Amino acid sequence: MAAVAVQLWCVAALLGTAVVAVALSRSRQLATTLIYGATMLACAVAMIGAGRWLLDHPGGASELTLPIGLPWLGAHFRLDALAAFFLVVVNLGGAAASLYGVGYGRHEHAPHRVLPFFPAFLAGMNLVVLADDAFSYLLCWEFMSLASWALVMAHHRESGNTRAGYVYLVMASFGTLALLLAFGFLAGPAGDYGFAAIRAAAHSPSAATLVLILMLLGAGSKAGLVPLHVWLPLAHPAAPSHVSALMSGVMTKVAIYGFIRVVFDLLGPPDWSSSGIVLVLGGATAVMGILYALMEKDLKRLLAYSTIENVGIIFVSLGLALAFQANGQALPASLAFTAALFHVLNHSFFKTLLFFGAGAVLTATGERDMDKLGGLIHRMPVTSVVFLVGCVAISALPPFNGFVSEWLIFQAVLQSPSLPQWGLKIMVPAIGALLALAAALAAACFVKAYGISFLSRPRSAAAETAHEVDGFSLAAMAILAALCLLAGVLPGVVIDALSPIAVEILGHRLAPQSGLAWLSIVPIAESKGSYNGLLVLVFIAVSASLLFGAIYAYASHAVRRVPAWGCGFTDPAPAAQYSAAGFAQPIRRVFGTLLFHASDHVTMPAPGDIAPARLRIELHDLVWERVYAPLVGAVGYTANRLDRLQLLTIRGYLSLVFATLVTLLLVLAIWS
Amino acid sequence: MVVISDILVQGIQMLLVFLLAPLLTGFVRKVKARLLRRRGPSVLQPYRDLLRLLRKEVVLADNASWLFRATPYVTFAAIWVAAALVPTFATGLLFNWTADLIVIVALLGTARFFLALAGMDVGTAFGGIGSSREVMIAALAEPAMLLIVFCVALVAGSTQLSTVANFIASSQTGLRVSLGMAMIALVIVALAENARIPVDNPATHLELTMVHEAMILEYSGRHLAMIEFGAFLKLLLYVSLIVCLFFPWGIAIFGAGPLSYVVGAGVYVLKVGFAGFLLALFETATAKMRVFRVPQFLGAALMLGLLGTLLLFVSKSL
Repeated sequence: MAAVAVQLWCVAALLGTAVVAVALSRSRQLATTLIYGATMLACAVAMIGAGRWLLDHPGGASELTLPIGLPWLGAHFRLDALAAFFLVVVNLGGAAASLYGVGYGRHEHAPHRVLPFFPAFLAGMNLVVLADDAFSYLLCWEFMSLASWALVMAHHRESGNTRAGYVYLVMASFGTLALLLAFGFLAGPAGDYGFAAIRAAAHSPSAATLVLILMLLGAGSKAGLVPLHVWLPLAHPAAPSHVSALMSGVMTKVAIYGFIRVVFDLLGPPDWSSSGIVLVLGGATAVMGILYALMEKDLKRLLAYSTIENVGIIFVSLGLALAFQANGQALPASLAFTAALFHVLNHSFFKTLLFFGAGAVLTATGERDMDKLGGLIHRMPVTSVVFLVGCVAISALPPFNGFVSEWLIFQAVLQSPSLPQWGLKIMVPAIGALLALAAALAAACFVKAYGISFLSRPRSAAAETAHEVDGFSLAAMAILAALCLLAGVLPGVVIDALSPIAVEILGHRLAPQSGLAWLSIVPIAESKGSYNGLLVLVFIAVSASLLFGAIYAYASHAVRRVPAWGCGFTDPAPAAQYSAAGFAQPIRRVFGTLLFHASDHVTMPAPGDIAPARLRIELHDLVWERVYAPLVGAVGYTANRLDRLQLLTIRGYLSLVFATLVTLLLVLAIWS
Repeated sequence: MVVISDILVQGIQMLLVFLLAPLLTGFVRKVKARLLRRRGPSVLQPYRDLLRLLRKEVVLADNASWLFRATPYVTFAAIWVAAALVPTFATGLLFNWTADLIVIVALLGTARFFLALAGMDVGTAFGGIGSSREVMIAALAEPAMLLIVFCVALVAGSTQLSTVANFIASSQTGLRVSLGMAMIALVIVALAENARIPVDNPATHLELTMVHEAMILEYSGRHLAMIEFGAFLKLLLYVSLIVCLFFPWGIAIFGAGPLSYVVGAGVYVLKVGFAGFLLALFETATAKMRVFRVPQFLGAALMLGLLGTLLLFVSKSL
């Protein structure tokens, strides 16, 4: 059987599971285990199939046309290296989320709103990656959007979720509109919507730039590029946690797949100026995303904003790849491109893991507000370890995987002096500095997330009486944490596995890495820069244990437990600790005054009054206030004015029709 | 035989930074005291402090978690590994290719990440204030550090410290404006990262002005010894980094034989001592700045790094 057929059968299995779920939603416990079990199986088969295909058939493609869809077009599906990689990402996330769901889903109070849509959502994402013509692509894209919208609306009675669903729907429609136009331009007047035909056709530079911008709008709105990100922090947290994990860790990657497929594969050689747009947007997205995350006190929203940051990092890397590719510099281009794919993989690992962790916290305490958490490290020992792994990995710290991809991106940034264009030469180091800023802010953000929720003293009764979650959830998180470490210490293996994609898309790859001594990675040349995650880990482990041994052999062992010191006075009330907003205060003051118009207002009671002093923090989401709110106002205003058209007499309508006809004929007459 | 000598050189390097780090801090303190016309403690006082702390029991807060107890070891190990990878008296050490400059900076980031977490663990206000300010300073220092790396890499064509040191030590480099700017920027970053005046005051225990000391307020005994030792090492690391990047003259080329290693080590100790003297002089002459002036101070480093890079674009010889 053709490889692509195996993938399609897995998708069919997922869709079948969705249908069964509709029928089964009566018996809750059984349905949960069965549906998630079946989904996990289908995803695992699809993942292994795609992964094996990626390793065994570099450069090949497996195609299939089904006689459905448009009668003259049919539905084309194709599995190549790029698609296979993204299928691995999608189905790995899907399998992990299903495993997690077996445990997490038991607490679901409305399983009939989740179970049918969960496998359907995964099927949609698989189909987008497999689609090989514009019509099936858009159809599957919409299917994916709607399935995820249904999951966002699963708990529609909770406050804010309806709005989240609405904003998501509007932004998703906008994104699809942009994609529709992009494919329209790609197909040209001939109107051949198969990807093979689009790839073969020549595209004029102006049309190519237009398509790139439309893809940035269409795929970018789904991925969460600033300023199109507004729906993401509303919708991702609103869904059940394992779905949030899929939306953040996987669905944004499907959008990135769309961008890569169209801009790198279908559009042909790029123009250097368009890479500048991608670089600037990516850099702005990375910094803004993580600053938004720092201002947040809701754990799941914080994670959603951090997704925006990571999408920004990936787009910066893709922009670098475009810039190098446009100038025919194959090696740096493949370095930047590989780094982008590596970060796609990494982000799918740790963001999924972190959302699972947030879900575990939610199950254990019923709280997403960090100011009501604290001290969970004592009550959720396993979750706290795996969540810590996720935090270290996402903060780009060695020896975990997040660092490797950022290091590769920095190595690509360091190649920028070879670019001939002055604009890019000057821009790239500045973008590199923005990336470094985003990485440091990410570390700050995750010190805050972990420090406030898992460390310190419990800030509520729920946090004080929390219990560890079930084994399925823990297993799913532990697997992802292990993958984070593995990809961090064996980066050469991952880079080599990604090389067929770079060859397919750019026609060039990095030198093979996994055969190098001590499993180092050397992207360009050893004299330029090399990294060895394994040895760094071994060195840290060895020196830490030597130290530990020496201290336990020769120094004092004694430990005395006492109340905290705190310079002699510790307020026993947990509210006296640092809060999420308090922790972010220095950064809010440095960056937020300009970017969020942030200001702190302290109301002090009059002397002698025993009322508490109050601190109010004023933050403005300028993107929403300056861009979206006026837009919403304008749409509302126009709708109100046009409302009158609904109450005309029949004569009125007829004259409108007549006027339209005359106008159109006039336009036609003037045109020709 | 070659492997054994390689490992020996690498081992001596690790041992050298291990032994020299407290001495540098003691020396800086001594010079500062003499500049203030005090006699000051002996330069060996940091060693005595460490031994004393190691012998004492650990006084641990009731709700301190395993993370709080593991952090001193993780932090120290990360800094030690980073310090061992910066060439001190010889280039081309055995494990130099394990990590380039970006990795060394990131390893220090790992150490700081855990220390900031430990500051949050017990749930006192001081830990929180220290951690939140520390991460702010780090967020400002890291972009500047990247631009310094960029500037140096543009000149030397590498982020590998050995290669950079060899390149700059060779006579072809000469005086460069851009490297000078990068050096000033690196000094500023080093002052901030090591919690020195004017960003933070390592000697103060006046609570509201401190950053690093507030973060580690709950530590005692052997844990505190590890953290203090880590801080000594970090200071030596940054001094070695500045020396290795901008004043590598006298550094022994790898495989040059024992005599040149001894000479290299002697020159290195002299350079570190001179840097320590300058640090003491600067700290005595400057006052600590308000926390929210720090962004401007580090912003200057960022701009210097950027300017240095742009100058290199204008002309390769600047």
